[in-house]
Amino acid sequence: MTNESTKTAYNEKLQEITARVIKGGAEKYHKKLEQQAKLFVRERLRLLFDEGNYVEDGKFANCETKDLPADGVVTATGKIDGQTVCVMANDSTVKAGSWGARTVEKIIRIQETAEKLRVPLLYLVDSAGARITDQLDMFPNRRGAGRIFHNQVRLSGVIPQLCLLFGPSAAGGAYIPAFCDIVIMVEGNASMYLGSPRMAEKVIGEKVTLEEMGGARMHCTVSGCGDVLVDTEEQAIVEARKYLSYFPGNFEGPAKFAEPRAVKEGRSLEEIIPENQNAPFNMYEAIDQLVDDNSLFEIKKLFAPEVITTLARIDGRPVGVIANQPKVKGGVLFVDSADKVTKFITLCDAFSIPLLFLADVPGFMIGTKVERQGIIRHGAKLIMAMSSATVPKISVVVRKAYGAGLYAMAGPAFEPDVCIALPTAQIAVMGPEAAVNAVYSNKIEAIADPKERIAFIKDKQQEYKEEIDIYKMASDLIIDEVVAPHNLRSVLAERFGYYETKKIMNSSRKHPVYPV
Amino acid sequence: MQEVKATMAGTILQIEVKEGDAVTKGQVVVILESMKMEIPLEAEVDGTVNKIHGAEGDFVDEDEVLVTIQS
Repeated sequence: MTNESTKTAYNEKLQEITARVIKGGAEKYHKKLEQQAKLFVRERLRLLFDEGNYVEDGKFANCETKDLPADGVVTATGKIDGQTVCVMANDSTVKAGSWGARTVEKIIRIQETAEKLRVPLLYLVDSAGARITDQLDMFPNRRGAGRIFHNQVRLSGVIPQLCLLFGPSAAGGAYIPAFCDIVIMVEGNASMYLGSPRMAEKVIGEKVTLEEMGGARMHCTVSGCGDVLVDTEEQAIVEARKYLSYFPGNFEGPAKFAEPRAVKEGRSLEEIIPENQNAPFNMYEAIDQLVDDNSLFEIKKLFAPEVITTLARIDGRPVGVIANQPKVKGGVLFVDSADKVTKFITLCDAFSIPLLFLADVPGFMIGTKVERQGIIRHGAKLIMAMSSATVPKISVVVRKAYGAGLYAMAGPAFEPDVCIALPTAQIAVMGPEAAVNAVYSNKIEAIADPKERIAFIKDKQQEYKEEIDIYKMASDLIIDEVVAPHNLRSVLAERFGYYETKKIMNSSRKHPVYPV
Repeated sequence: MQEVKATMAGTILQIEVKEGDAVTKGQVVVILESMKMEIPLEAEVDGTVNKIHGAEGDFVDEDEVLVTIQS
């Protein structure tokens, strides 16, 4: 054989193996993808990366076994809007995207790469879970599947970790999304569960559908395991790219500013916020008058909608907004609202995104139902997260902040950089109606004449309102500033600018003892 | 058929529709009062009010059906 033909033979072999590997699993599984409106893993990557460019490691994993191309996972490095990112992406045409020993090793290695490069890591999940037949090689070992989760925990708050859930993430695999900063789910295809409906029927006798057990909509509305619900995979990829535009590449990276934009056209805050403290209004409309037009990236929109948590921009600067929504459940805080806000605060704080609290909150819910759910420790968890956050924090009392609601929304005691009140704001242990009832209930009952009774109540309520007058609070230095609603946006923009250099350190302890 | 349910425990402050009324998606059908707040409950579908359960002033639990709407 001549030298030339040897070279050709080598090239041909490389080409042949490469061609086989990048095709993924058998044709029938590609057909199945089409039926499920799913994209092939390499198409997903092409759409995700700038110009569809990426490099891949471990492409030839298990290449000697013909039916395990890349061992069912593609691990790649490329760019998103110029930012280098690492990706692991299951290939569900290969043994349903299940994990063998090489799969797990490849996932661990791309995590190590992301850690060394200090760049975001995306998990494109579509996997049936562990290959039971391979369990000794991939389950209990030091570099077994457990190491994936251990790495996720170590990387949490160091680099952004995103999960795009395109299919199932079953049993142990369900912890990949659980440890990510954000989970984007494709409705109809994405699912998360520890035990499948089939297993649940066998083991605990429960008969449910996959959607009921762990569907995308369920997780985005009920369990809170999902953050963003989308209709298609293409949309999931667009959302992931957009999400990253708010985040530095790692926790020490510079903030990502965008071109400043004016607010959306609409009614003024004066018109939006009703004078009656108890009347509902739509907080989204108020947020629109404070942030750059079209700059919202909402997290957990469908979960605990009585509180809004959204990334946004003010004069191009990324901020995290936490706002009570009086239109839903009166803006009262529940167990789920505490979960939602806690995760959002830790997310923003980890990546130095300043926080804006817009308070209009009657307090935490009361009653046996929530007490049995442990609303006190959930509230404590939220307050601990807010209190521990060291990013710039601006607290605005939009209308009212009663009871522990004031604390949860970064009230004066929690060292916000400024506590601003609108002129109509009320701050108190409770609202005038409840307070007068609480203090004078015996006296009220003792008044026989109904007219006289109403007059007495009104009189006492008026007295109470004067007691909690916002200028009295300003005079006593409880709040730092009273701002006219139409000036609020420019005040926020200016103040966030000044607070840019804020640097405070908590003590050198390891960490607080979390209340939950 | 859509069931408009109480989103939290509270009192029925105002029922904004009558049985047989046509309603549109997003229209407020009941105002609940809880934690001293007025909480609007909206129709999630276009349709006709089939039945009203309960009356103004009634105490209701979370998830209790207040209005059924035939779409």
